[in-house]
Amino acid sequence: MFPLSHLICMLLGISFTVWFTLLLVFIIVPAIFGVSFGIRRLYMKSLIKLFEWATLRMERGAKEKNQHLYKPYSNGIIAKEPVSLEQEIQDMRRGGAEPEFDMSDIFYFCRRGVESIVDDEVTKRFTAEELESWNLLTRSNYNFHHISTRLTALWGVGVLIRYGFLLPLRVTLAFTGVGLLVVLTSIVGLFPNGRMKNYLSDKVHLMCYRICVRALTAIITYHDSENKPKNGGICVANHTSPIDVIILASDGCYAMVGQVHGGLMGVIQRAMVKACPHIWFERSEVKDRHLVAKRLSDHVADKSKLPILIFPEGTCINNTSVMMFKKGSFEIGCTVYPVAIKYDPRFGDAFWNSSKFGMVNYLLHMMSSWAIVCSVWYLPPMSRMEGEDAVQFANRVKAAIARKGGLADLLWDGGLKRGKVKEVFKEEQQKLYSKVLVGSSEDGSSS
Amino acid sequence: MGSRASSLLREEDIEEIKKETGFSHSQITRLYSRFHSLDKGENGALSREDFQRIPELAINPLGDRIINAFFPEGEDQANFRGFMRTLAHFRPVEDNEKNKDLTSGEPLNSRTNKLLFAFRLYDLDRDDKISRDELLQVLRMMVGVNISDEQLGSIADRTIQEADTNGDMCISFSEFIKVLEKVDVEQKMSIRFLH
Repeated sequence: MFPLSHLICMLLGISFTVWFTLLLVFIIVPAIFGVSFGIRRLYMKSLIKLFEWATLRMERGAKEKNQHLYKPYSNGIIAKEPVSLEQEIQDMRRGGAEPEFDMSDIFYFCRRGVESIVDDEVTKRFTAEELESWNLLTRSNYNFHHISTRLTALWGVGVLIRYGFLLPLRVTLAFTGVGLLVVLTSIVGLFPNGRMKNYLSDKVHLMCYRICVRALTAIITYHDSENKPKNGGICVANHTSPIDVIILASDGCYAMVGQVHGGLMGVIQRAMVKACPHIWFERSEVKDRHLVAKRLSDHVADKSKLPILIFPEGTCINNTSVMMFKKGSFEIGCTVYPVAIKYDPRFGDAFWNSSKFGMVNYLLHMMSSWAIVCSVWYLPPMSRMEGEDAVQFANRVKAAIARKGGLADLLWDGGLKRGKVKEVFKEEQQKLYSKVLVGSSEDGSSS
Repeated sequence: MGSRASSLLREEDIEEIKKETGFSHSQITRLYSRFHSLDKGENGALSREDFQRIPELAINPLGDRIINAFFPEGEDQANFRGFMRTLAHFRPVEDNEKNKDLTSGEPLNSRTNKLLFAFRLYDLDRDDKISRDELLQVLRMMVGVNISDEQLGSIADRTIQEADTNGDMCISFSEFIKVLEKVDVEQKMSIRFLH
């Protein structure tokens, strides 16, 4: 018995050593130097071929049974007419010079109301995007049928690989990345302020974020890097998940903004701020808009400090659209560097549905997906123009980001995820209708 | 874990709904997905709050009345059959030519039934007559605070005068149909469902 257990110990020791050496050589060292072996891209290409094969098999299965394959329509269940209230009511008036009330006026509101019940622009942005075809993950299998035994076997193998190999690997990397971040930033914090400290802080942050990127098997393509944010500016991006921060910060150095947390997050925050100035607010300070604006402006005015990273939507949206930008960051009056982030949902859905999943659950989902694939576009910097107020500026930036990322540009507030819509919008509709009703007799006097 | 929406809908149910409403198989499965995503309580039925969570509906001046149309008399829960039956009123009339296996009787999306749907938005107490008060209520919902009581009252009186043929100062369903005979109801009260 003794030599056997001795043998087992030796084997375990050797496998651990091999494991860690591989980890170091293939993942951590490249992360430190910012190079890549291209393993992840190869992995991504093979996955795409796999999904295509799976779709073909499902279509074949459907044809054999003479049924239709479920295809979620990404362009909606209904086709909406883009007709305005005034136009429609005028159309329905039969002759008659004076627009008066007609009993058919309710048809417009009626139809619009039922259209919004069948398909509205807002509620579908707060749940994960539906996929066109199955990607062999149970969590995205809502309506896909005709899954043959071969596919099921493949799915089984997928489960083994993802939970047995990828998940432990990723968790190890995550701990390494976060651990190194805390330790190294604290060490850098001991240096006196100056060029050396800034240089080291940048390097340390980049290295640790790159390890975290590998911990998620994130395959990121950066476009237009000549527009990368510079000191003294604010970087704004659309928000899909907390991972957005890791994705952007592994390619450039930013000053983060956020609320002070307790627990592990708090430890990380306190360590990070030792190495370079990030902006953390106490819970009570968040409500004070002037205080927030002042701290942001002060930071921006100091050209030696890093560009601030802000997500003006204020909440996570599911990456099919960009919702209302809060005007706070656009009032500061400095250059804004817009960034568009678009995830490819086939490999793993990055959206954090915070009403359904907590943070730990979410991270587990992330780390047991195939990969996180996304594209990042750096847009040319924008500044507020003459005669433009903060809201118009915010909308202009939002439109640019939506256009570049191929996302829908919505005026609705992301806060509708949790709260009710404001009465004032209904009052606008009522005002509009009243104008149509009595408009011609009160032209100019109605405001 | 994701919503396994259509696995809760049986083939027999789909066939029955198809016969009753005229929707196609794929339309029914997708509308069921939608029904399921609105049903936050996951109890197989929608409550009024579920509807009010839709921002575009919440800002619609007639939002509450439209929501009401989905709930049978006195009930607080709308199941999928009722949901589909109400939506069926908005199917385009042309679609009936493509789908011949409807049961006998008038299809839910006929001109008359579309008009009946609209009539019921006015006629809150379901007495088959739109009284002056009911008309005023709907008018007030649509204009908010922007028009005075007197002006609104005269608009209501004028409307009733034009429509009322039997002198009872109310608008019955047949008078309602007569007033709207030149309006393209089929187009205005139809939604283009994709196949």
